[in-house]
Amino acid sequence: MNIDLTPEELAFRDEVRGFLADDYPEDIRRKRDEGVALTRDDTVRWHKALYKRSWFAVEWPVEYGGTGWTPVRKYLFANELAEANAPLVVPFGVKMVAPIIYTFGNDAQKSRFLPDILASNVWWCQGYSEPGSGSDLASLKTKADFDGSDYIVNGTKTWTTLGQHADWIFCLVRTRSDVARKQEGISFLLIDMKTPGVTVSPIITIEGGHEVNEVHFDNVRVPTENLVGEEGKGWTYGKVLLQHERVNIAGVAVSQYRLNKLKARAAESVRGADPLINNQSFARKIAALEIDLRALEYTELRTLASIATGQAPGPESSFLKIRGTEVQQAIDAMTMEAAGYYALPYVPTQYTLDFPDIDRIGEGIETRTSLQYFNNRKASIYGGSNEIQKNIIAKHVLGL
Amino acid sequence: MNFSISDEQTMLADSISRFIDSDYDFDTRQKIVASDDGYSRDMWKTFAELGWTAVPFAETDGGLDGGPIEMMLIMEQFGRGLVVEPYLANIILAGGVLKRLATPAQREQWLAPLIAGELQAALAFAEPQSRFSPNNVQTTATESGDAYILNGKKTFVLNGGNAGVLIIPARTSGSNTEAAGISLFCIAADTPGISRQRYPTVDGSQAADIALVDVNVSSDSLLGNANDGYPILQTVVDEATLAVCAEAMGVMQTLQDKTLEYTKNRVQFGVPISSFQALQHRMVDTLMICEQSRSLLYWSVMLNNSSDPKAANSISALKYQIGTAGIKLAEEAVQLHGGMGMTWEMDIGHYFKRMTAINILFGNADHHLDRYISYGQS
Repeated sequence: MNIDLTPEELAFRDEVRGFLADDYPEDIRRKRDEGVALTRDDTVRWHKALYKRSWFAVEWPVEYGGTGWTPVRKYLFANELAEANAPLVVPFGVKMVAPIIYTFGNDAQKSRFLPDILASNVWWCQGYSEPGSGSDLASLKTKADFDGSDYIVNGTKTWTTLGQHADWIFCLVRTRSDVARKQEGISFLLIDMKTPGVTVSPIITIEGGHEVNEVHFDNVRVPTENLVGEEGKGWTYGKVLLQHERVNIAGVAVSQYRLNKLKARAAESVRGADPLINNQSFARKIAALEIDLRALEYTELRTLASIATGQAPGPESSFLKIRGTEVQQAIDAMTMEAAGYYALPYVPTQYTLDFPDIDRIGEGIETRTSLQYFNNRKASIYGGSNEIQKNIIAKHVLGL
Repeated sequence: MNFSISDEQTMLADSISRFIDSDYDFDTRQKIVASDDGYSRDMWKTFAELGWTAVPFAETDGGLDGGPIEMMLIMEQFGRGLVVEPYLANIILAGGVLKRLATPAQREQWLAPLIAGELQAALAFAEPQSRFSPNNVQTTATESGDAYILNGKKTFVLNGGNAGVLIIPARTSGSNTEAAGISLFCIAADTPGISRQRYPTVDGSQAADIALVDVNVSSDSLLGNANDGYPILQTVVDEATLAVCAEAMGVMQTLQDKTLEYTKNRVQFGVPISSFQALQHRMVDTLMICEQSRSLLYWSVMLNNSSDPKAANSISALKYQIGTAGIKLAEEAVQLHGGMGMTWEMDIGHYFKRMTAINILFGNADHHLDRYISYGQS
């Protein structure tokens, strides 16, 4: 057991810092620091900057363009990016569908899809949930009927994050309904969003943002070459994907960054007030949260270390999802608390770079805290709600 | 950075684990608790023969050069077995002071027999008014020629009743809570003027209140320099705090495993109660408490092993976790065992009581959260 970083690890950390200093686009940095939403183009440029450095597909096997990094390197990389307030990679292509393709796909699919995911030439989105299938995902009804040459897809997917930007969608669809268990008969299909019959409609969430969508399929013709793996095995593949998703969900490094920012803010005198950190109740809540986050950090490190010994992320990734989102939401709530009245004004137009400072209500991104707080209530609901995660742990870890 | 332990460390943990399984079952433990000494001299002899009492000492003292990782492995197993033999009091507390401050003559007189398992010792880290602050020392030591005269009261001296030697912090200068001015004295327990009132504690341990009335000791009894005792006292209390957190980990893991097993076997309404979602989610919560606590334990042990500046801070973070989440886990274990969890006959309640004692020992959750804040957090 040893907590110290080796000289190689320290050198690697410097390398990441050098990359961020040189190649993290300045305009994106400014938007991030000002709390301005990124465009599709911003995100793609950031992805490509990482790709150019061969650091985009961190988790992939080296043969497909991955890094082959140790858990410690991954941890250092995530920390440095968070510390620079760099955007998180949009996961749907690189972290979600790609592992399914390189694990279960055929050679043609690998060579067709992986290079464009790696270079961020194609934007992917996820088609899992349906209006009638949330936590009970296996009850999904979107049908893919084989007509002798192609699948004909009909149905609706929902909560499709950033689907408005997407070129392709990966879907769980029902290819058979005469099955004993509803998990059987589900297949994993890749669908070009430009195919006739695919339409996207926005869902506006409580903070007023457009992040998620409904995607409708009306007699959409999908060639059989877009089926990943075996027909009827989609549920198995999807579960693997969800476990990958849950490791990514913990967001320890970002939470650390946000908590540090909050502490720095609380230590300042804001508009002449006594620094909030001098309030004993506030200070104790912050301290308890920091300890919680440290526990999560080392739980994630332990999980990564066990993955490094050849284990795929298993049901224990559900812990990280639950605790990670709980900590994120606690930071959201404390940030709201720190803002006081300035958490309440709702002026969406002021989160643009050219909004005149003189007209801005609240300081910096202060009033954006409520948007984050409201928006991030999603965290304990998506990726399998935290209650579903507890069911998974109860069944697969506790053996109940 | 890595989380794996060496082959030697694995062997140490395995040897204690096997001992607990074969020689220290719950009935044996309960008989030891009920005995006059409150611990087993035979067991203690075995601990010494197996080398466990030598682990945290330097090779030059006849020790095995163990550090925080070895202490964690030992204490976690002791927690699993609810071991009442005074390892904490003798080896970690008294031994921790002696190994740092004793002169060659003092080492020969006190440390060598301690390591050999032939001497029982105690460190009087608390006074009636001190609560959890080792710097709060009102016991006085007045210099008188080549001697010191000690007067004062010590409370909750672990192993104080059985100890042949006592380490007494006493004030040689400064005000009641000042860090400077505390001196440490190593005194034979039968020195005239010392009276001891021994008592068992709720967790099956042994402690004593000690009164010192005009206790006349030679200046040879001084450990280290006069007035400079506090930093070592605090360091040793920190080591002991980390040690009881590791012990708590063994207690918590055992409670978690036993509770899970119990709910799988306990049938109500015609089904095992583990089939109820209300209970499943609670056991998932306590499982996460176990994992989160273990993560903080490893973090703190690794920082302490590297003598990191944040080492003491991490101990307070860990102790807060044990005192909040760990206590919740223990209370849940009793709840999920239902009426059986309330019985003296079943082991669950005794694990719960040990957790309760560990929470209070060396400062409860509130104390350590405030200490964590005072360090400027991490």
